[in-house]
Amino acid sequence: MEQQSQSLWSDAFDRLKKNKLAVISGIVLIVLIILAIFAPWIAPHSYSYQNLELGAVGPNSTYLLGTDTLGRDQFSRILYGARVSLLVGFVATAVALVIGVSWGIVAGFFGGKIDSTMMRIVDILYGLPFIIFIILLMVIFGRNIWLLFLAIGAVEWLTMARIVRGQVLTLKNQEFVLAAQAMGVQNLAIFFRHILPNILGTIAVYATLTIPQVMLLEAFLSFLGLGVQPPMSSWGTLIRYGVESMEEYPWMLIFPGLIFTITLFCLNFFGDGLRDAIDPRSSD
Amino acid sequence: MLQLIIKRLLVAIPVLIIVASLTFFLVRLAPGGPFDSEKAVSPQVLKNLNEAYNLNATLYEQYTDYMTNALVGDFGPSFRYPGRSVSEMILTGLPVTLELAFYAIIFASILGLLAGIVAAVKKNTALDYIPMAIAMLGICMPTFLLGPLLVLVFGINLEWMPVSGWDSLPGDKVLPAITLGAAYAAYIARLSRGGMLETLNQDYIRTARAKGLSEFKVVMVHAIRGGLIPVLAFLGPAIAGLIGGSFVVETIFQIPGLGRFYVEAAFNRDYTMILGTTIFFSALIIFFNLLSDIAVAIFNPQART
Amino acid sequence: MKYFSLCVALFLISCGKSISPVDSGLENKIFHFGNGSEPQGLDPHIVTGVPEHHLITALCEGLVIANPKGGPNLPGVAQNWSISEDGRVYTFNLNPQAKWSNGDDVTAQDFVWSWMRILTPSLGSQYPDMLYYIKNAAAYHMEEISNFSEVGVKAIDKKTLEVTLEQPYSFFIKLLSHYSTYAVHKDTVLAHGTIDDRNGEWTRPGNFVCNGPMQLKSWELNKKIVVEKNPFYWDIDKVQLNEMHFYPVSNESTEDRMFRAGQLHVTNVVPQEKCPVYLRENNPYLRIDPYVGTYFYRINTLNPVLKDKRVRKALSMSINRKQIVENVSQCGQKAAYSFTPPGISGYEPDTAIPFSPEEAKALLGEAGFPNGEGFPKLEILFNTQEGHRKIALAVQQMWQQYLGIQVELVNTDWKVYLSREMIGDFQISRAGWIGDYEDPNTFLDLMRPNRGNNKTGWDNYEYDALIELANSQQDEVKRYEILNKAEKILIDEMPVIPIYTYVRQYQLSSDVQGWDPNPTDTHHPKFVSLER
Repeated sequence: MEQQSQSLWSDAFDRLKKNKLAVISGIVLIVLIILAIFAPWIAPHSYSYQNLELGAVGPNSTYLLGTDTLGRDQFSRILYGARVSLLVGFVATAVALVIGVSWGIVAGFFGGKIDSTMMRIVDILYGLPFIIFIILLMVIFGRNIWLLFLAIGAVEWLTMARIVRGQVLTLKNQEFVLAAQAMGVQNLAIFFRHILPNILGTIAVYATLTIPQVMLLEAFLSFLGLGVQPPMSSWGTLIRYGVESMEEYPWMLIFPGLIFTITLFCLNFFGDGLRDAIDPRSSD
Repeated sequence: MLQLIIKRLLVAIPVLIIVASLTFFLVRLAPGGPFDSEKAVSPQVLKNLNEAYNLNATLYEQYTDYMTNALVGDFGPSFRYPGRSVSEMILTGLPVTLELAFYAIIFASILGLLAGIVAAVKKNTALDYIPMAIAMLGICMPTFLLGPLLVLVFGINLEWMPVSGWDSLPGDKVLPAITLGAAYAAYIARLSRGGMLETLNQDYIRTARAKGLSEFKVVMVHAIRGGLIPVLAFLGPAIAGLIGGSFVVETIFQIPGLGRFYVEAAFNRDYTMILGTTIFFSALIIFFNLLSDIAVAIFNPQART
Repeated sequence: MKYFSLCVALFLISCGKSISPVDSGLENKIFHFGNGSEPQGLDPHIVTGVPEHHLITALCEGLVIANPKGGPNLPGVAQNWSISEDGRVYTFNLNPQAKWSNGDDVTAQDFVWSWMRILTPSLGSQYPDMLYYIKNAAAYHMEEISNFSEVGVKAIDKKTLEVTLEQPYSFFIKLLSHYSTYAVHKDTVLAHGTIDDRNGEWTRPGNFVCNGPMQLKSWELNKKIVVEKNPFYWDIDKVQLNEMHFYPVSNESTEDRMFRAGQLHVTNVVPQEKCPVYLRENNPYLRIDPYVGTYFYRINTLNPVLKDKRVRKALSMSINRKQIVENVSQCGQKAAYSFTPPGISGYEPDTAIPFSPEEAKALLGEAGFPNGEGFPKLEILFNTQEGHRKIALAVQQMWQQYLGIQVELVNTDWKVYLSREMIGDFQISRAGWIGDYEDPNTFLDLMRPNRGNNKTGWDNYEYDALIELANSQQDEVKRYEILNKAEKILIDEMPVIPIYTYVRQYQLSSDVQGWDPNPTDTHHPKFVSLER
């Protein structure tokens, strides 16, 4: 039984390697994450120091990607923005993951009344206009970044729960699980040995695909003036400033916009690649 | 089918009550009241204002008053716009938002389905990669990036479209619909492609081909169901997302829709307006989710959640 | 596929290139007005904002109207007026031609009833204090007396209004151009509600009756308000516009684009980033008009550290105002060295705030914080808006650099900001005050003890006495001297740190004539015309 899980993973990995687009995306993402982590050491200037006399200038040798209207170095701001955006992306997704996966596993594994009650709750929550609540929460309680994580995570966990539950249900009825049960293996053992490894893949895929959703949501809130508050500036904030000045100082928009889009691109392609690798039927 | 509808409606009622109550208390918790203004309000005046809007009663009383009225559709007067009732304002903004969402979804569906079907049929060729890459772009670009860009290119540089407005100048509905629909077109393209691919592998398709049916017929008549089902399932949540996304588009293009009303109400602490709009949006989402589920059930009797 | 998209494109092009609203407006004499946010309403006794101000200016008229070029008010409903020897009794002769938009005559009784309305406590008006200068008006509003006939306003006859003031306030005529003092049509109001019904529907199109150059034609929520010529207006011959369309465009960039696409004749603002660009390019449509307003930082003088006026002065003297207006706000604002904008109605305060970091540091040292050591972290509160943030960032840097103190920026949304200011939950907060009329009193009165808008906890009775003295002074020159003394105290004590004097920045189409820079941003439709 161990062997089966093992080869599943190496098969998946091989398939992933063959998908050039996914590989490239993965590499870009790793580079980005490294840049984000080491931003304080890499950034050539402070991300908040304003050089009021200088104002906005285009890319040159001192300011690689130009400056904004307050004379702040765009390159450094984009690096620090990466930290914020990626942090929000990962943490909020993690929140959604923890809640959604546990929920889905419990519902799917135990089935019956527990399942239908839990999924009924999910249905009810699905009917809530979350965007509205998030806006309200942000307007009221504003500046707390932890609240932001929670709020965004609370929106995304529902889909995760549904998918995980579906997966668990399918797996539960698979032959190898039935066989194990027939052999008298305990529920918990079945769960950890057979079900969990097989849903890890799905979880990984949907986690990777949720991160860009979360980042878009944060950018949306920033546009309305509700997202991450300065001095922290996420890519969403940078894009918002860029849009305001896009005719006079296009570099304020082009670079953050480009990087944001590329990151989301890569996350999506990598997620797709993962999904194709783990479940080859879905693309062929 | 009837079972489905009834089940949904039964779920809807507790949802709406929870939504209303949650919002009611959230908003009241918020610091800052509807009558705070730059010009300080004397305690005398504040007392009178609060009196006029029943804000001096206990929270419990206000809650019960509100809920009983809401049940009969009376959401009270707007705090911010004296003389206007919330229902009136909702009824003014709602058709606009719905119209915008409608155009957006039509645009998204047509473009998305076309792209998805073509991509599925021409799998792994340029006609697959390019539309899918563009679709990905649609998903990765925020509306508030795409909107102003479109306005810059088509509204100001080329002068093909009006820059803003709704129903005032010819063609002013085009850019907002495209901006709002773009991301959904992308999702629909991917979903329909995926669905088509799965279907095209099925036995009955092979049979149809073996029978000598033209490729066109095979795709458009038999396989298309497979492509449509995931899209139909998606439409419910899509409408929910569209309503949220409409906030941004309505702000950029100055569209007098419910989304804009809502954001302003939140910022202005217009309690009654916030409550009324939230309940309304919830009801709308439930309604569209239901429609979407019905559509799926019609097309695919096997799929019952 | 290709042909399909080509067809669509052609179709769209032919639709898009239609005649612009500004072009058609020229022919039809329709003025397209970018009006910021959706107006709260049209009731002059209830509304408080600027968009409402623009609308009410078109629809209604008070006893006097603002002079388009600034300066003393011009006759409105009142044709002329006389003031008694002791300066307390004003007698207004109303224009015999003054009529409401339904043909009724405007009478003195209308004003009496209207002022009773705004002073009715249960109406909840937020501007009753504009009329407090009238004898017993405050007492009536505070419910100390219940008989309105004891209040100093009487209708002598149909067209003669007599007003008695508490003191010989020489600025009384100036404040009568503010909409809170306008009259409303009694029969219309009462036909749709009681005198104190805030939610009465008398302001709806079809019901609304007022006495201005325009009348209300239609109101599409959040979309457009249309007003058209009022045939009963007494000065109708001067009015050249046929209609005015007010658009509630709250997004600055959108409004800017609308203007450039020929959809608006005038905008409400110029987007922050565009102003310096337009200035540089000498954009012919850019207008930067002086405005009666001051942008300042409020200091909570009840705070243990900020109690000390040396600390407050140190903070003020280490702000490089020139740099802020030139490099941060960058839109023609003027650095402010007094609380009252200089030049307002001829008042020139001779106060000064030197930019002198050395002196500031010394003062801070004297107060017990040499080089900023031991100084607690200061918090600057402001409502979320880019312009405020930029200035706060600059000030934060200056204080850190010159005084060595740590500053934190706290931004909240508008309502939260207001409520925090109201209850004194702040240390330093960004503030702005726009005068209600063209007189230094509207600024200096603010800082008197027990004024709701003071919010700094600064209670100076010497200052208070000076203002009181000035109020009873009929001679303008002498009055200004006294006010100047008060201003000096204010600047010496520094409970507020003036930063700059506001300007009104907006874009105006070259088709618009008769639109003069007016310090209170009042542009009467009867002076405005469209010509190319």
